[in-house]
Amino acid sequence: MKCDICDKPAVVHEVTIANGVKKEVHLCLDHARDAGVAMPGQQPINKLLSKFSVAGKPTVVAPRCEQCGTSFAQIRQNSLIGCPACYDTFEEPLGRFIERAQAGATHHVGRGLPQEEGKSRQQREERQLMRALEAALSREQYERAAEIRDQINQLSDRPSEESQEPSSEGDEA
Amino acid sequence: MSGGSTAPEQDVVLSSRARIARNLDGIPFVNRANEEQCEYVMRTARHLLLHVPLDERMIWVDLEQSSSHERQLLVERHLISRHHAESTVRRGVAVGESEHASVMINEEDHIRMQVLRPGLQLEDACRTCRSIDEAVGTHVEYAYRERWGYLSACPTNVGTGIRLSAMLHLPALRLTNDIGRVRQTAKDLHLAVRGYFGEGSDSTGNFYQVSNQITLGRSEDEILDEFENTIIPGLVRYEQAARQVLLDKHRRELEDQVFRAFGALGTARMLKLDESMKLLSRLRLGVCLDMLKEAADTITLDTINSLLLLVQPGHLRQHVGCTISPEEARGVRADLVRELLIGD
Repeated sequence: MKCDICDKPAVVHEVTIANGVKKEVHLCLDHARDAGVAMPGQQPINKLLSKFSVAGKPTVVAPRCEQCGTSFAQIRQNSLIGCPACYDTFEEPLGRFIERAQAGATHHVGRGLPQEEGKSRQQREERQLMRALEAALSREQYERAAEIRDQINQLSDRPSEESQEPSSEGDEA
Repeated sequence: MSGGSTAPEQDVVLSSRARIARNLDGIPFVNRANEEQCEYVMRTARHLLLHVPLDERMIWVDLEQSSSHERQLLVERHLISRHHAESTVRRGVAVGESEHASVMINEEDHIRMQVLRPGLQLEDACRTCRSIDEAVGTHVEYAYRERWGYLSACPTNVGTGIRLSAMLHLPALRLTNDIGRVRQTAKDLHLAVRGYFGEGSDSTGNFYQVSNQITLGRSEDEILDEFENTIIPGLVRYEQAARQVLLDKHRRELEDQVFRAFGALGTARMLKLDESMKLLSRLRLGVCLDMLKEAADTITLDTINSLLLLVQPGHLRQHVGCTISPEEARGVRADLVRELLIGD
């Protein structure tokens, strides 16, 4: 079909029915643009994108620490962590953040808690995991709880340090 | 060097400080804690610090109920930080009777204990600080994780939670224009270099507080060993070498600066704080290099170290016993300096 104005092939076909009267318009690309007809492929990218974003509103909400309500973005912005539980909630991103602040260090190698002195590393790890398990269960984070339970089981399967080493004092050296 | 009491490396090292940061498990850090939680931390810590057996008796100061003048005195004596003095949360400090130890409650962390010693005595400061930590830690559950060690509000304190610092007097390195190199080296070694009153203060009088910035991945003993046996002695030697260069090549100019400072301090009728710090710094250098022996053999490092504290605004006010204007303070400061230096 040819354009109503020139001989070029029509690419826009508009059919309107107003007051019972049917009206057909067929236009080529140039004349359609002159007539102000919106061309699907020529919309500004921001309009196209805004349509997409309206269609699919962001559903991801930044996670917050359930104990104190701090988000990781706030931690990064203020360089201040909200509470001890933030260390569990944001373990991975916080780990990277701490690594940068601590010249690449990723783990504590110093002294343990005064009341834990004399206990083996395995005992301390088990105690930590039990506490993490309790915390996960209280927050109804069942997947996390299952992971921790597996870690506890692995720890129990491991031969105890006492059977490998004469004493556990070396832990604190 | 002129007489008076002696402390290791006192020509360059004014004081050493060990500080340990701890938090109670299950309670938000101070930046997220509500009033009730801050109150709980304060009551718990206060009770422990006043009742558990420690090397010396502690005196409790409720900072919310204390006057701004009292807080200023504590800052000037390095017993609390400026941040702790100016904060608005429920907070307090326990101060040891000898004023060498203090425990800040609800500063950036729930508990920050620190021990000060004259000269380079970090090991001793660490030992005392650790004894307070253990005494408190056996009665409360510290926030601790196997991976991270002791948890803290700021990522720069996690792990051991230990910060060691030395207050250094580096006038020769300033005069030889080597202080920039010191700062760069310190940065490379992950050390913080701050002024006389720590974070946010300037280095008036060429006094620099140098501290470790890494608290994770190294044990307390490693941090202490490197700081006390390598880093600080290295900086001390660097300053001493610069002093020797000045003596060998610019003795006359150096003497001129020292004696001008002596003259100004011994005759001035009004002194600003900055001015007095700078002059006392030059005089201190002169005393360390035995330049003043013949002119004024009674001036000791102790006298100058005391004056560095007494010329501070809070202590001047304490000296006269009432509030004074900045102009009056300048007069009182000059009178006090003359009295202690030359008995005028």
